Amino acid sequence: MKRLLLVLLAAFVLSSLCGCGYNTMQAQEEAVFAAWGDVEAAYQRRADLIPNLVEVVKGYAKHEAETLKAVTEARARVGSVQVTKELLNNPQAFDKFQQAQGQLSGALSRLMVVVEKYPDLKANQNFLDLQNQLEGTENRINVARVRYNKAVQDFNTSIRTFPNSMTNSLLLHLTRKEPFKAEEGSKVAPKIKF
Amino acid sequence: MKKILILILLLLAPCMAYGLDVPPLRGHVNDYAAILSPTTIQELEQRLSAFERSDSTQIVVLTIPTLAGENLEEFSIKVAETWKIGQKGVDNGVVLLVARQEQKLRIEVGRGLEGKLTDLVSGRIIRGEIVPRFKQGDFDGGVVAGVTAIIAVAKGEYKASSSDLRHGRKSAHPIFTLVIFVGLAAVFLGALSKVLGGIAGAVGFPIIALLTFPGLSLLILALLAAVGFFLGLLLSFLFSGGGFFGGPFIGGGFGGGSFGGGDSGGFSGGGGDFGGGGASGDW
Repeated sequence: MKRLLLVLLAAFVLSSLCGCGYNTMQAQEEAVFAAWGDVEAAYQRRADLIPNLVEVVKGYAKHEAETLKAVTEARARVGSVQVTKELLNNPQAFDKFQQAQGQLSGALSRLMVVVEKYPDLKANQNFLDLQNQLEGTENRINVARVRYNKAVQDFNTSIRTFPNSMTNSLLLHLTRKEPFKAEEGSKVAPKIKF
Repeated sequence: MKKILILILLLLAPCMAYGLDVPPLRGHVNDYAAILSPTTIQELEQRLSAFERSDSTQIVVLTIPTLAGENLEEFSIKVAETWKIGQKGVDNGVVLLVARQEQKLRIEVGRGLEGKLTDLVSGRIIRGEIVPRFKQGDFDGGVVAGVTAIIAVAKGEYKASSSDLRHGRKSAHPIFTLVIFVGLAAVFLGALSKVLGGIAGAVGFPIIALLTFPGLSLLILALLAAVGFFLGLLLSFLFSGGGFFGGPFIGGGFGGGSFGGGDSGGFSGGGGDFGGGGASGDW
């Protein structure tokens, strides 16, 4: 009787220790992918808004062709960056993605400064709606990026610490994921003020 | 003595000035800035709880005196994440945040309501319903009009089912299940042999600690194992007498009473998730 209990106890201890993070790491990697999905969706949402925005601004601010062109071009560049899950494992590709999105953010905030000069535009209901959507999208991007970085941090820490690191190098071979780095001047989110 | 006091105060000062804590959730209307009249608060409270009963959608109003230098959007998402307004799984929560000193406000929309209460619609509610009244100093009217508009938009998007109505009832943390499990194991094994009960404690206690606070050092775990051993022994001795400590008491005592978790009858968020949707404005 006592022996059986000891065996049961040993089995319990083994089963609780033998995980060695095998499942945890995979769950954490999935969490990173899920968080990345949100980031991608938020960026996509912004890209989808831009044609409408450019169209509305164009109607009022004909002299700002250059600023508008910069936005359109930046958007095109963002569209040309291939976004796959592999992007997260590849620092260079990730940097490129972040740079392209950063340029678009810069072009957009310049456009938003320029429209200050057009009171008619600022009173346009359509434009106000677009402005709300753009602000909302920028906010979503922020939230999604913070959550993604959190997930990446959890995952990267997890695969580097013992005993997970051993399980990973022997069995799983998961690689480190890239977090978003704060861009210059983006410590403070681009404030869109009208 | 006085010098020491001043030193302590000086040491405390930076902590107090830094950051802005999310205030505790008191009900559907949390008027920390004291800009609403008692009748308005009562009326809103009634309407919002009625709406929650019929649609399960949770709408919460928070007014704060100042943001204390914090970014409106960041604070707003912090509040939403802390309070977890909206039902779990459907994420149908809305937070209307008003910062009096900065004259800023925001409607933070849960993921499940982003389809109806879009950024655009939230922006229109802020610009068309709330801001004009706030500009005249009519906070009561502004908040009521805003809430009315939000309810009108969100109405019918979700229906309450009986399982959604979890007024102030939080499910127990999974750790508690483990604690109960280890406790029971210690008692039952302890009935066979006191040492076995101690071993159950020595094994279970560090595991629980490790699950609760991941990343504990081996030394701490070893210490916890020793503590667990004595706790297990203690449990075995306590319950070995049998008699008035029957089995059902353990289950009932742990599950319902001490570990059931804040069943205070108050209001709490249902576990809704937010993704940063909504709109901000100022007056």
